[in-house]
Amino acid sequence: MFKLVKRLTSVVAMFAVLFTFTTETMAAKKSKTLKNTQKKGFVRCGVSQGLPGFSNADAAGNWTGVDVDVCRAVAAAVLGDSSKVKFTPLSAKERFTALTSNEIDILSRNTTWTLSRDADIGLTFVGVNFYDGQGFMVRKNSGISSVNDFKAGVSACTNLGTTTELNMRDFFNSKGIKYEPVTFEKADEVVAAYDAGRCDTYTTDKSGLAAQRIKLSNPDDHMVLPETISKEPLGPVVRQGDSVWEDIVRWSLNTMIEAEEYGVTSANADMMKTSDNPAVKRLVGAEGELGAALGLDNEWSLRIIKQVGNYGESYKRNIADTGILPDRGPNELWTKGGILYVPPAR
Amino acid sequence: MNFKKILPQLLTLVVVILVFGFFSYNAQVNMENRGITFGYGFLSQESSFDVQFSLIEYDGSHSYFRAYLVGLLNTILVSVIGIIFATIIGVVVGIARLSSNYLIERTAAIYVEFFRNIPLLLQIFFWYFAALRALPLPEKAEPMFGVFFLTIKGFFVPAFVWNNLDIFIYSVIAAIIAIVFIRLYAKKKQENKGIQTPVLSISIGLLIILPLLSFFLGGVDASVEIPVIEQLSKTSFTFKGGLKLPPELISLALALSLYTATFIAECVRAGVQGVSKGQKEAAASIGLTPNQVLKLVVMPQALRIIIPPTTNQYLNLTKNSSLAAAIAYPDLVLVFAGTALMQTGRAIEIVSITMLTYLTLSITISIFMNWYNKKIAIKEK
Repeated sequence: MFKLVKRLTSVVAMFAVLFTFTTETMAAKKSKTLKNTQKKGFVRCGVSQGLPGFSNADAAGNWTGVDVDVCRAVAAAVLGDSSKVKFTPLSAKERFTALTSNEIDILSRNTTWTLSRDADIGLTFVGVNFYDGQGFMVRKNSGISSVNDFKAGVSACTNLGTTTELNMRDFFNSKGIKYEPVTFEKADEVVAAYDAGRCDTYTTDKSGLAAQRIKLSNPDDHMVLPETISKEPLGPVVRQGDSVWEDIVRWSLNTMIEAEEYGVTSANADMMKTSDNPAVKRLVGAEGELGAALGLDNEWSLRIIKQVGNYGESYKRNIADTGILPDRGPNELWTKGGILYVPPAR
Repeated sequence: MNFKKILPQLLTLVVVILVFGFFSYNAQVNMENRGITFGYGFLSQESSFDVQFSLIEYDGSHSYFRAYLVGLLNTILVSVIGIIFATIIGVVVGIARLSSNYLIERTAAIYVEFFRNIPLLLQIFFWYFAALRALPLPEKAEPMFGVFFLTIKGFFVPAFVWNNLDIFIYSVIAAIIAIVFIRLYAKKKQENKGIQTPVLSISIGLLIILPLLSFFLGGVDASVEIPVIEQLSKTSFTFKGGLKLPPELISLALALSLYTATFIAECVRAGVQGVSKGQKEAAASIGLTPNQVLKLVVMPQALRIIIPPTTNQYLNLTKNSSLAAAIAYPDLVLVFAGTALMQTGRAIEIVSITMLTYLTLSITISIFMNWYNKKIAIKEK
């Protein structure tokens, strides 16, 4: 009896080994990045040098934020553990080179999706995890209440190597205002220089302004002007030329958004396996063979939802509850008046 | 025998070619895989970003090449200012370290030890943010001599507005050429007849009289434009007119000079101490005054020791100026290897141009200093 059990388990183990072997070679054949990630045992993720709500490390070195959660979702899907991510903080200047030169496999660093970046420099944008736009922060007592109040000679602090620099020029040029751009490599220096009074205004993505305002010595003395001068769809980026990896990252993000749409949360994901809705069942891996198409097992999406949560949970945890942007604005689901809309997972 | 001599060199050459070939092949393959094209055509495209401080006319409608020039000139500007001040401070402190006055000697020593042992980047941050904290807002700035305003937004100084500037420049050039000829003549006269000519006062006179003449006869006219305060909003002000030196330039030049001066001071001290005591005593014994001893005996010999290591410091200063990006001074690294690289994504092209540029700058300084070193070297007759 005991012998039989032993023999049976060894047969099962053999099949298991064979099975993982076949899936691994299939995926490995298709995607070098996936193979390397599985071999290393962690996902290499490029993030910002500290932008609360998006990617920010606490004193103990734990990274949190909506951008961080995209990488965690991929780790949960590919490696089964959302904590197996190696984060590399990058400046705006370094980020694309780090990705194209194979230092990282995902760039999830509040990066604006533009045509030239997508087509010209070897990158592929997989989606949008935050719809943003560029705005201006000014001192409340300055009497400036709209971008129309800016006058020639205004000095604007901002980050180097961003779309912000270009939008700023377009904006001031269209108004015919001569301005002084003061560009720093790191966000902390921008904040410090603006705080000291070097600049009349601080301009970057509005989410960034909201997040960085907390770092000012008197946050209440400053305000963000109501106007938005550009479209800034922020999203994760991968290297061009690995379509399997691209799909994995894209659908890891999509899973989080779709899970919110169907009301699947980290708390109820397991129970949803018995749902009546086939879309929900597919989402938690109880129906269909969607994982195989990506070279993954069928529980990949369930792990994302259980370990990282859906998009709404991630937003609430990182951006709303921290007081950065309590109002979701355009980043609300399309069913609730926002523009978050992802293709169906089927 | 001959073959044995050449073989190691051949092998080295082959290895160098292989390594270089491997890297360029590797880059080529990877760029092809990711659909990245290679080329320098982007240099003529419109840059579409602005720069806060430029020596030549520039805005976003100019080309990337123009942006490169802006960055290069700003790098040269801060390096030249840095080198001049580092040399002045370095020489003064170096000589102060040899002073017999205990207090002066100690102060100089403490300065040297303090500033050369703190990382330069930290010093740059310190001077920049210290300056930003300490300097007044434009509306609160006290004018210096009525026309200079040192504020958090920059140092505003009066600017000259010229008419017929070219004639003025010609007159200065003419004065300089005349001075060179007079010096040559005076030297010959001293060698032949032993008569000394007051070259210095003649030179200064020429430098003043010729440009002055250009004002009266050449139609040159200069007026001074004084910066005037201007209100931007209820609480924010700036100055208009005149010339503006951004605080980034001032603090960067300050940090670079103070840091490099410590090394130059040590070079100067070593150079002066390197001249043997016997030389000074011998000079004194033939009746030279202390000033003449320093000028004719000690310094010419000390300079030979000082110049080579000081050249290194000039090179370091120029290269260190690339830390400018940290405090928003638009140097070559910030404008070209920063913003331009980001906007075009042409990493290999831009980094290679930047490297070549720094190499050229360094080699130019080296060549000049080597020429100067040769000029003051012992000429055996």
